[in-house]
Amino acid sequence: MITGSPAFAGDDEWEYVYNNFMQPIITVSQLSKTYASGLEALKNVDLTIRRGEIFALLGPNGAGKTTLINIICGIVKKSSGSVTVDGHDIVKDYRAARSLIGLVPQELAVSAFDKVWATVSFSRGLFGKPADSDFIAKVLKDLTLYDRKDSQVMTLSGGMKRRVMIAKALAHEPQILFLDEPTAGVDVELRKDMWQTVRELRAAGVTIILTTHYIEEAEEMADRIGIINKGELILVEEKAELVRKLGKKQLVLQLNGKLAAVPPQLSAHRLTLGPQGDELIYHYDTRGERTGITALLNDVRESGIRFRDLQTTQSSLEDIFVDLVSERK
Amino acid sequence: MNWRAVYAIYLFEMSRTGRTVMQSILSPVISTCLYFVVFGAAIGSRITEIEGVPYGAFIVPGLIMMMLLTQSVMNASFGIYFPRFIGTIYELLSAPLSFFEIALGYVGAAASKSIILGLIILLTANLFVPLRIAHPGWMVAFLVLTAVSFSLLGFIIGIWADGFEKLQVIPLLIITPLTFLGGSFYSVNVLPPVWQTVSLFNPVVYLISGFRWSFFEIADVSVGVSLAMTTLFLAVCLVIVWWIFKTGYRLKT
Ligand SMILES: Nc1ncnc2c1ncn2[C@@H]1O[C@H](COP(=O)(O)OP(=O)(O)O)[C@@H](O)[C@H]1O
Ligand SMILES: [Mg+2]
Repeated sequence: MITGSPAFAGDDEWEYVYNNFMQPIITVSQLSKTYASGLEALKNVDLTIRRGEIFALLGPNGAGKTTLINIICGIVKKSSGSVTVDGHDIVKDYRAARSLIGLVPQELAVSAFDKVWATVSFSRGLFGKPADSDFIAKVLKDLTLYDRKDSQVMTLSGGMKRRVMIAKALAHEPQILFLDEPTAGVDVELRKDMWQTVRELRAAGVTIILTTHYIEEAEEMADRIGIINKGELILVEEKAELVRKLGKKQLVLQLNGKLAAVPPQLSAHRLTLGPQGDELIYHYDTRGERTGITALLNDVRESGIRFRDLQTTQSSLEDIFVDLVSERK
Repeated sequence: MNWRAVYAIYLFEMSRTGRTVMQSILSPVISTCLYFVVFGAAIGSRITEIEGVPYGAFIVPGLIMMMLLTQSVMNASFGIYFPRFIGTIYELLSAPLSFFEIALGYVGAAASKSIILGLIILLTANLFVPLRIAHPGWMVAFLVLTAVSFSLLGFIIGIWADGFEKLQVIPLLIITPLTFLGGSFYSVNVLPPVWQTVSLFNPVVYLISGFRWSFFEIADVSVGVSLAMTTLFLAVCLVIVWWIFKTGYRLKT
């Protein structure tokens, strides 16, 4: 069959693609929160979460991470601004918005007297979903809780209790999962399992928003990272972009004498002179084909410049974070 | 309406009773029996009858009411206070649930328990004294209306309380005295006129009077007034609950 039109998607297809893959799943705009104490926990936060991504909200204690999550989930009332979840306003259309969300709060809170199976089924019921014992069994198995399904929660270890809370959040098959400081006080094994679960959920199309104050955690898991401090969202960036910035290293040569300027023999290396004139600083990319260090050191030796020490430093996400945060002070 | 959620809360609360059968069912039954022995036997040997009803039988509706009020308040207040206290309230707040549905689940369960308890006490009492119920329909109506109203009151207390003391103080310092002074064990008509007037400010008087009327057709105040006052009390509780829901009082910061 011959058709005249090229392989452009029709409007319908475009709409389908847009609605299902590109439209943000959460839109936060100009969100502010002032607690009754007068404390401004969030200041005009704008944020969009993309469908299917893992988003890490990174910030020190008291930055407002939990407040933001709790507003989206319906636990805290916003002061101003708006939030939509898959197009549903969290206040006007709270049922539709909340039924998409599963929440694992920061604090361990689960009724000690209940049995694991009962408390997880209860969570599903709260979201209006019909009982589905196959699904509950699957969730429990995935979290290696199945063996303990008839145990009372109080007989479980702290890590197991946290798994129960995750199971409760997943019991109603949410499309969005919030994990508020999921690894605080969690042992290595559970941490690994948890990340495994998160990856599987992501593969199944679940959007995941997690908060942490560990940079490595954000780096390890997230597609995008948002940095929040004192209620302000300072930066939202693709993790890859942040890591690229991270890939930059610098080499510092501490000279025996002082120089007035970078010698012309070394001009090819794009060096900078330290403020005292006794350091030469070289920037390079660790992941480049070649770093250029050998050539540089050769040229330095040939130019007769003597140095007594050398060091390399890497700007870590931590540095970026500290810079960003201190800039704001 | 998210009926599944209401049902989930209801079931969950009812199963809590299952776990604590001793505490929830047995202890009120035992204390009722004790009241019977003490009041029925000790006082009953002096006061043989009130307005033509044997004293032992006369106190049955009052006893049932007393248990109904305290148990409704305690069950409902504890039911909602406990998740607040241990932090699991987050689950209710983040679920696609209206406050009305939350209240329906908790109040429904608390009221059901009290009604079951009331019927158990009725059957227990029947072992001690032969009972006659003149208007079973009205009897059930008063039972249900009272259980629901006081479960609502308990729900309100459970949301207002910010410590276990407050949770216990209301039943102990308000509900129990009001029931004792509300004519559980006597007719208000035997009081001096001043105290009769004071009694009219006690809502429990109307409940007990109406309930007793459904058994023996004797009443301290007319049945219509009893019914009106009970309904009024229910309405006041509903308004307070509605206000709590509207403002998120003590539930949302
Ligand atoms: N219920 C509350 N009332 C008053 N202040 C609060 C309340 N909850 C949190 N805060 C304050 O709001 C700020 C942000 O807290 P939070 O959102 O918990 O931060 P994070 O989760 O990033 O550690 C903190 O200064 C905290 O003390
Ligand atoms: Mg927090």
